Amino acid sequence: MINRRSLLLRAMALGAAAPLGGCNYEDPAHPDLADKFLHAMSAWNDRVQAALFDPHTLAPTFRADQITSPPRFNAFYGIDQVPVVDETTYKLELGGQIQNKAPWSLQQLRALPQESQITRFVCVEGWRVIGQWSGVKLSDFLRHVGADTTCKYVSFKCADGYYSSIDMASALQPQTILALDFLGQPLTAPFGAPVRLRIPTKLGFKNPKSIMYLAATNVYPGGYWEDQGYNWFSGS
Amino acid sequence: MSRRVIHPWPLRLTHWLNVVAMVVMIGSGWQIYNASPLFSFTFPFGLGQWLGAGIAWHLAGMWLLVFNGLIYIVWSFASGHYKKLFPIRPREVWSDFTGALRLNLKHEKGVYNAVQRLLYAGVLFAGVVAVLSGLSIWKPVQLWFLCNLFGGYFIARYVHFFAMTGICLFILVHLLLVALVPKVLPPMITGGRLP
Repeated sequence: MINRRSLLLRAMALGAAAPLGGCNYEDPAHPDLADKFLHAMSAWNDRVQAALFDPHTLAPTFRADQITSPPRFNAFYGIDQVPVVDETTYKLELGGQIQNKAPWSLQQLRALPQESQITRFVCVEGWRVIGQWSGVKLSDFLRHVGADTTCKYVSFKCADGYYSSIDMASALQPQTILALDFLGQPLTAPFGAPVRLRIPTKLGFKNPKSIMYLAATNVYPGGYWEDQGYNWFSGS
Repeated sequence: MSRRVIHPWPLRLTHWLNVVAMVVMIGSGWQIYNASPLFSFTFPFGLGQWLGAGIAWHLAGMWLLVFNGLIYIVWSFASGHYKKLFPIRPREVWSDFTGALRLNLKHEKGVYNAVQRLLYAGVLFAGVVAVLSGLSIWKPVQLWFLCNLFGGYFIARYVHFFAMTGICLFILVHLLLVALVPKVLPPMITGGRLP
C-alpha cells in the first residue's frame, strides 16, 4: 500500500514535470518500482482482455470504396531498409508443438483455401487504415499441420528480426489469416511479403510481416514491442 | 456525524483519489495523443517518456478512475448527496454567475450555488463520456456496441479528446476559484464544520 501510494505520488510529480527520471518504462532489463507496477497492471489487463475476448465477435468489415489509398507503410525502420525475401526459395519454418513440421512453400500455402477480408488496421499510436487482405485462415493452417491448439501461444519470427506472439483463442478466430495478398495483389516487401499475419481483432503491431517461423507453444514468447512495454494482448 | 461536516469523508476520499487518477489519465493521455495528434498541435509534456509508457500508465490509471468513480456514484445515490447537484436552472446559473463576477456571491457552507451545480454535473458527465469513449477506443471490436454509440472508432477518438478538454477546462476554473477563495480548501481535507 505504501509502495502504491509512493508510486502514485511519483505519478503526480511526473504529471507536473515529465522529464524527471524513472517511470519511463525505458529499460526493460532494469525495471524500477514504477516499471514493476506498470508491468503487473499490464499482465492484469492481459487477463481482463482474454476474458473479454469473444471468438464469435467479428471485427467490422468495410466496402471496397472505403479502402485507404495509398496504403500506409509502418515499421520500426524506414521503407528503404525493408528486407526482401526471395519468394522462390521461401519456406515457412514450423516449430513448437506441431506434429508435421515440414516447412511450407508459397505454392503450398496458396493451394489451401483462401479467405479475403476488408478490415480496419488500428495502430497502437491511434491512427487507422482500411485494407483488403487475403490468405489462409490461421485456424485451418494450424489444424492442417497438427498444431496443438490447446497451447497458450502462437509465436512468429520475421525476416527483419521482428517477432511477436498471440493467444491461441485469437489465433483461432475466423478472421485471423496468414495473408499472402494485399489489395488484390501478392504482398510487396514493405507490406510484409511473402507472408504476414493479419489479425483484425488486435492492434497493428500484433500483425507481424515477412514471417519466417511459426510455432505453437506454452512458453511465453513475448514480442519486439511487447518486451519494451507495449501491452502483450493488445486486443481491439 | 456526517451531517455536521461540510464535506463527508467519502466525498473527500474519492475527490483526492480522483485528483491522482486525473493527473495520471490526462498526463498519459497527452503522451498518447502526441504519438498521432488529431490536430496540428502536440502537448508540451506527458506522463511517461514514450508511447509505451504513456499507454501503460493510461491502462493502469483507468482502474483507479473507474472504481473510484463508481464508489463516488454509489455513495452519492446512497447518501442522497446527488440531490445537492440539482436542480440546475438557467436563470439561477446566470444570476449566480454574474454575482460571482461582481464578487458579490454569498458563500454558503455545504450548499452548492447554481454555477457550482452546473459545473459539477457537467464535469461528471464529461467524466462518464471520457470513460465510455475511452473503452470504445480500447476495445472497438469486443465493445462494438459502445463504439457504435460514439459513431465508430474514428469519431470516438475525437469524443475522447473533447471530454478530456472539458475536464481540463473545469479543472482550470475549479483551481482558479479555490485560489480566489482559499478558505474552501481546508474543509476539503479535514471535512470542516457546518455552523
